[in-house]
Order: sequence, then structure tokens, then C-alpha cells
Amino acid sequence: MSDTTARPALASVDVGQTVIDTTIPVSRADLIAYAAASGDQNHIHWNERYAKEVGLPNVIAHGMLTMGSVLARVTDWTGDPGSVVDARTRFTSMVVVPDAETGVPSTPTAELALTATVGAVDTDTGIVRLDLAVTSDDEAVLGRTQVKVRLA
Amino acid sequence: MSVNADLQGAQYSLETPFDVGREAIAEFARSVGAAHPAHFDTDAAKELGYADVVAPTTFAVIPSQRCEALYIANPDAGIDYSRVVHGQEQFTYTRPIVAGDRLAATTHVDGLREAGGNAMITTRTELTDAASGDAVVTVTSTIVVRGEK
Repeated sequence: MSDTTARPALASVDVGQTVIDTTIPVSRADLIAYAAASGDQNHIHWNERYAKEVGLPNVIAHGMLTMGSVLARVTDWTGDPGSVVDARTRFTSMVVVPDAETGVPSTPTAELALTATVGAVDTDTGIVRLDLAVTSDDEAVLGRTQVKVRLA
Repeated sequence: MSVNADLQGAQYSLETPFDVGREAIAEFARSVGAAHPAHFDTDAAKELGYADVVAPTTFAVIPSQRCEALYIANPDAGIDYSRVVHGQEQFTYTRPIVAGDRLAATTHVDGLREAGGNAMITTRTELTDAASGDAVVTVTSTIVVRGEK
């Protein structure tokens, strides 16, 4: 695991630089844990029969689990969990998370690919805008995702 | 059943403030894979200058979705929750949320329009320090209510 307490200096980042390039595995057990932690226990995030009855291909991840997971990687990169001043996204496609066919339900059955590129650097305020690309199965699951973080 | 357009501009507030606890922050951080020690360890948070453990950025959805539900789940709103999908989300922070915060919440129904049989609803939830009234974070959320086929 990378060092989450290292703090990149403002002077060390340049526009166009890719600062995060990683993948995030997602399992059915992750959805259950997020449902419990967030209080969002909508049935479509854990019950396959119900999800299909309401017209979904299978159980889908909470949009906010996807957004929360990528923002966690951003704050792990900044080294300061309170560094985000603004974060926005559009949910453009579902992340389908089927039950694992065999073995434990914490076996990942989906994967997010995340890259974060520096879009702007304001040296007066110390605020850096990161532009995020988040895909699953080569399809964008988050769109127009911008995160403004304050660096020292 | 269709969405009640008369509620444009309506606002809903949590009856009692939301108490932010250390265990809730730690559980939420684990659930989104946030690994920084300042989510879990008060000393690590203090080293960064915070009063207590720091909430992940999206932790604010817990109080904000609770407040939004006062509108969305209200029968007057005319929203069929089984047809709701999440469209957009934005967090604008004045300061981070830390354990020990008591947050007041008010949801404003800012945008409400129907297009192509679907309804798009934008809410803005202001989370503030319950004691001082100072701004903490604004959570803006857009949901889409899919029309009946």
C-alpha cells in the first residue's frame, strides 16, 4: 500500500501531470459494508432478485460508493483527508456487481479504473484541480468529475 | 403519480442535529477504502491541525441524504423511489467535518423539471454547525425519476 501520509508540495505538481493511476476492485461484500456505513440500504444494492424485478441487469453499486472510493484515493494522494474543497461528478453508467459464482462474497466481481490528471494549479490559493476519469469495463461510470484540493 | 411541481423552493430541516462520531467516521472510511490514519487516530488528525478524526469527503451524504429523505419520501412529493436513479452529486466544503461536530441540515428543492417523461430534481442541502450556524459543507444532488413506460 502506498504511503497515505506523504503530502505532495504545490510546487511539485504541473498541469497535465497524471498523479493517480490505479484500479479499485469491488465485491458484493463491499456494497453490503457501504450500505451499513452510509445508511443507504436500497435493495437494488444487495438483492439480485429485486434488482432484476425493477429492470436492472443485476445488483449495482451505490453511485456514492464509486464517488467515495475514488475520492478516498484522492485524499490518500494529498496526504490530508480534509484537503478537498470541492468535488463534483455525474453518474453516467451503472457499476454492475454480480454475486461471486464461487467462494466468499468478498471476491471482487467488478473493477474501477481511476486516473487523476492535474487540470489547473492556482499558486495564489494553493488550490489544484484534478480531472478524474473513472471507468468500469472500459465504460465511463463517472463523468465530468472534478476535484479541487488544497495543497501546502 | 407524478412529481409535485408545487414543491419547487420548499425546504426541509432535520429536527435534531446530526452528531458526528469517531466510530461512524472509521466505519465509513473503511467502506470506501480511505486509508489515511487521520480517519482513525485522533493523534494523527491533530498532527494535521484538526481537533479530532476527519471524515472522508463523501461522509456528508449521511446527514444530507437523511435530510433529503424528508422531501423525497414525503408522499406530497409524488416521487416513486423505486424509479429513482442518482444523476449528479457535488460537495462544496467550507471546512472539513470532524468527530464531535453537531451538524444542522436543511434541504432546499432548487430545481424541479420534467423532460421526456422523466423528472429531474436538484436539491441543495446546507450542513452547518448547529451551535454557531457557521457553514460546513453544501451538498448538491440531482436525482432522475424515470417515467412510467
